[in-house]
Amino acid sequence: MSVELESKFKQVEEYIDSLNLEGKDKVTKRSYLIHVLHKAQEIIGYLPIEVQKIIAKKLDVHASDVYGVVTFYNFFSMKPKGKYPINVCLGTACYVRGSGEILEEFKKQLGIKENETTGDGLFSIHAVRCVGACGLAPVVMIGDEVHGRLTTKDVKRLIKEYREKDK
Amino acid sequence: MDRSVLEGDPHSVIEGMAIAAYAIGANQGYVYIRAEYPLAVKRLKNAINQAKEYGLLGENIFGTNFSFDLEIRLGAGAFVCGEETALLASIEGYRGEPRTKPPFPANKGLWGKPTIINNVETFANIAPIMLRGAKWFRSLGTEKSPGTKVFALAGKVNNVGLVEVPMGTTLREVIFDIGGGIRDNKKFKAVQTGGPSGGCIPAEYLDTPIDFDTLTALGSMMGSGGMIVMDENTCMPDVAKFYLEFSVEESCGKCTPCRIGNVRLLETLDKITSGRATMEDLERMKILGKTIKDSALCGLGQTSPNPILSTMYYFKDEYEAHVLDKTCPAGVCKNLITYKIDKDKCVGCTACARVCPVEAISGSIKNPHEIDQEVCIKCGACYATCRFGAIEKI
Repeated sequence: MSVELESKFKQVEEYIDSLNLEGKDKVTKRSYLIHVLHKAQEIIGYLPIEVQKIIAKKLDVHASDVYGVVTFYNFFSMKPKGKYPINVCLGTACYVRGSGEILEEFKKQLGIKENETTGDGLFSIHAVRCVGACGLAPVVMIGDEVHGRLTTKDVKRLIKEYREKDK
Repeated sequence: MDRSVLEGDPHSVIEGMAIAAYAIGANQGYVYIRAEYPLAVKRLKNAINQAKEYGLLGENIFGTNFSFDLEIRLGAGAFVCGEETALLASIEGYRGEPRTKPPFPANKGLWGKPTIINNVETFANIAPIMLRGAKWFRSLGTEKSPGTKVFALAGKVNNVGLVEVPMGTTLREVIFDIGGGIRDNKKFKAVQTGGPSGGCIPAEYLDTPIDFDTLTALGSMMGSGGMIVMDENTCMPDVAKFYLEFSVEESCGKCTPCRIGNVRLLETLDKITSGRATMEDLERMKILGKTIKDSALCGLGQTSPNPILSTMYYFKDEYEAHVLDKTCPAGVCKNLITYKIDKDKCVGCTACARVCPVEAISGSIKNPHEIDQEVCIKCGACYATCRFGAIEKI
């Protein structure tokens, strides 16, 4: 395990300690599980099995239960995402305005499938359900930035923009 | 809609919840928000802290012996967590799987204790009703559905956004008057209401006054308050397939009708949109859809066949065109469309032949080109490129 990853695991542990759950009952500890997973994903970027085990131990929950929760919710990922995760909204409003084609175009341009990451680790593609910006449909979120009213022609430009940003 | 209330006026929700808590004698409340709405989370957190500072939340509110505290719990991208028992499971830190009712949450809810669950819009309505009286609220809307409703108008209309209207306003008023009509002067085809498990309502019913009962009677529902307008370029079986893909993906997998039934429905829709279905498939799909509605455990499964059943009912011709004639009238379903070059319009500029990824287009410069149907993969690149309108989509 890399030193960097280890220090991030440490941060997760420290965060759980800061919640002062020591001595609390099992039910209360369990109710913090999703909250802690959010924090862990924020720190590490994804939820590798090792960190799930750490969280299980700290919150007094069985590791298989933690795994069950991680795999149930779409928001949690066990694979690292790209530096700029591309989230194409496939909510209805975006879909009827052609976001399906935009998703295909991103896949074509980057040569990867959904939930895969490019070789350089820069981009990963994900389909998401309604980001709540239907007025801007079709919408794509790259990292935290929202790009609205797109057509397939914008795809190349966006990829180029982010590639240049990284240089 | 709920997102904008939480972002724009979070105090209205806090106040509504505090009043509701006082009414039932609760001391602890939770707001469950989608993790996809970070701004709403931030603003609500702020508002809760402000309310605590002013003594509107916390111990002994207004010097009384009533205490009430609020906590935020984040969702993690599971649609089924909108179902109340699944939402409770999620707050408790479990997979968001619904359970059978009864017992209802009001008897046995969070951690087995009596719990009330209401939507953001409901709580936001409480304070105005208390201030101005039930009579005022009843003066708006219809007899059975009083008050106003906020709709999220989207899709192929000119004006998209949130629209608050009295209950009983017609679909036509919302779409054509407020929404400004259909984009690019296209023809209105249907409006889909209520989110992924609502139904599609065709043009004949545009003058229906909207309330909870009328939408249900039309095979749709109020649901989330979403209103997606579709024009003539929308293929109804394709839309039904789109919604079903969502339900299949979001099914928690606990009950069989939803877990397996919806997958079978999706397979049949796939057959229809790719031109492999028979009339028996249509019949079977209808029976299966009704069975799922009757037997699924929670609201997700009980409504997931709605988009299929309503489009099959109102757009029967379109389904039959896919099954009998193997054509897609809206020109959406890839397997059922053919691209052809109109020899009279083609000037032989070679633009289409150059963009074709499979070299299916042949012809010499300044002479009409031709598409080899055997090779064509129907990607539509030529159609998008031609500047002379010479390529037809049939």
